[in-house]
Amino acid sequence: MGNHALSYGAMLGRAQVIAAYPITPQTQVVELLSEMCADKTLDAKFIKVESEHSAMAACLGASLAGARTFTATSAQGLALMHELLHWASGGRLPVVMGNINRAMAPGWSIWSDQNDSLSQRDTGWIQFYCSNNQEVLDTVIQAFKVSEKLLIPSMVILDAFTLSHTYEVVDVPEQAKVDKFLPPFKPEITITPDDPHAFGGLTGPEHYFELRYKLQKDMEKAPALIEETGKEYEKMFGRYLGQVEEHCCDDAELILVTSGTMGSTARVAVDMLREEGIKVGNLRIKVFRPFPFEKVRNIFKNTKKVAVIDRNISYGHHGMFFQEVKSAMYGFDHDLPIFGFIAGLGGRDITPSTFREIVEFSLEKNKPEEEIIWIGVNR
Amino acid sequence: MRLSLPEEELMGSGHRACQGCGATLAMRYALKALGQKTVLCIPACCWSVIDGPFPYSSLDVPIYHCAFETAAVSASGVKAGLEMVGDPETTVVAWAGDGGTFDIGIQALSGVAERNDDILYICYDNEAYMNTGIQRSSATPYGSWTTTTPVKHFKNRPKKDMEAIMAAHRIPYIATASVGYPEDLFKKVKKAKDIKGTRFLHIYAPCPPGWRCRSEDTVKLSRMVVQNAIFPLYEIEWGEKYTLNIKIKEKKPINDYLRIQGRFRHLKREEVAYIQEEVDKKWERLLANVNGSQ
Repeated sequence: MGNHALSYGAMLGRAQVIAAYPITPQTQVVELLSEMCADKTLDAKFIKVESEHSAMAACLGASLAGARTFTATSAQGLALMHELLHWASGGRLPVVMGNINRAMAPGWSIWSDQNDSLSQRDTGWIQFYCSNNQEVLDTVIQAFKVSEKLLIPSMVILDAFTLSHTYEVVDVPEQAKVDKFLPPFKPEITITPDDPHAFGGLTGPEHYFELRYKLQKDMEKAPALIEETGKEYEKMFGRYLGQVEEHCCDDAELILVTSGTMGSTARVAVDMLREEGIKVGNLRIKVFRPFPFEKVRNIFKNTKKVAVIDRNISYGHHGMFFQEVKSAMYGFDHDLPIFGFIAGLGGRDITPSTFREIVEFSLEKNKPEEEIIWIGVNR
Repeated sequence: MRLSLPEEELMGSGHRACQGCGATLAMRYALKALGQKTVLCIPACCWSVIDGPFPYSSLDVPIYHCAFETAAVSASGVKAGLEMVGDPETTVVAWAGDGGTFDIGIQALSGVAERNDDILYICYDNEAYMNTGIQRSSATPYGSWTTTTPVKHFKNRPKKDMEAIMAAHRIPYIATASVGYPEDLFKKVKKAKDIKGTRFLHIYAPCPPGWRCRSEDTVKLSRMVVQNAIFPLYEIEWGEKYTLNIKIKEKKPINDYLRIQGRFRHLKREEVAYIQEEVDKKWERLLANVNGSQ
């Protein structure tokens, strides 16, 4: 299951300190990791904290001491961590965290949507959205490498149940090969009595601004680094890990923009529609932060229309991938019609016929007449 | 004259504390006992300012300025991290004020204590949110004025009994200390340093601006508060064994102590009498615990 793929990723990445708190649908991640720590499959300290807030706090302390750290959470747990997500990026502590996309309460929901992780988009974390369990495992390993190089934390994100609890065959790479890809974490500065420093103290306007500038500048290095490490990973393990995944985009007249597991569903829908002669493609965005602006612009060069499907909503604005895609095209192509769809909130199924409906709608209209088109809602 | 504390200083004089600050004395004495192989985790509190702004620090030990409610668990994280990178010796200390301990940090602290994580937690207690400008905390004593408990509605609930709460966690070591008794404080930090597991030290640390008292009275108040049994100095081992460290020959009435602090100036005779009664009851309970331990 996707949850175990996260655990194996952390194990192969040789996480040294893990602190986590259980929450549905994340629990199997920490169950398996605590077993791995107990039977020494993984040489790590597992701090069984009393909340997600403390889980992240423990990871930050351990990371500052120079240890590789991992945690996992979901929805309410992620929201509780919010303050410390800023602490992680501001403190330049490269924690890697799995987040299972689950809708936010109330009403209580354990099913998938992206509002939990996308509400954290401005906290300075790299965000990877996965579409299958293999990608989950591979991305955890890649995330450690990218994060530790840039000193920026990463979130590896997967959908509740459709990935977290779904069994798939996953290739578990050899430890020795992973060790070659991912060397031990050796930060230049750590907290130690041998070289005493004060970390994160009172910082006046004369310094704070520059520290944030540096964070952004390093974040801007992530797209190239993700491509580079993705290719290196492909060379060693045969699976490429980039910022986006294209399917039939080259000659597509309409490109569907998706993320997470709905990306795999969209691929199936595209193949079905292609058989009917409809020139449609799928662009699955894997890295949401930093947003792959250049990739998106290049892929949209020859298309006539774009439809963005969001499993999330920024109330009072639009779907969040829709916002980003529009901002990517601003100043480059003002005439490209971009349709924004909201689908699948609170775990409602997104099936190939959902995409058929979206494609038919988008092909029929010359340009979007509404800011948001809700799929499957009686309007 | 024979010095009863080591001469070595790990705290510089260029700090940002107010005149007569008890929290500063607490740090100075504690570091003498802790030594250089120490890491401090300091959440939001007076000490996040006292240490000095980036890129300066007035201490010769490393500091992690952590989030307000995370002192205890940040220390657990640092400890686990240090052990994983091959440093099992360094003492990791959570150093927090009363707000970060009694109020916003109590959840993380309880978690750490329940797991018996190997850290030393030190709370320097100035009995209100002093860094934000004297707002009541659950460590503020009954009867006290603060900016959020004005004299017309002074604090009408007792100070939270943190020692009892920590004792309920059955941790190896709990102690109270006062900056008016530096040798006792030093001895306790030294003892706590060498114990494995969660150790909790509660240090009484006057705040002249917040208590509306004279800065030269810090030490005087820190001795009076022990002699009148408002803040007795004792240890609890494994939540059961109580030891009284500073014996009181003749328990002083609380009036003199209250009178020299502006924060209690509004109290009427019957309110003072009530406080005295409560202090006496608590003292009897402590003595019963101490005697029961022998």
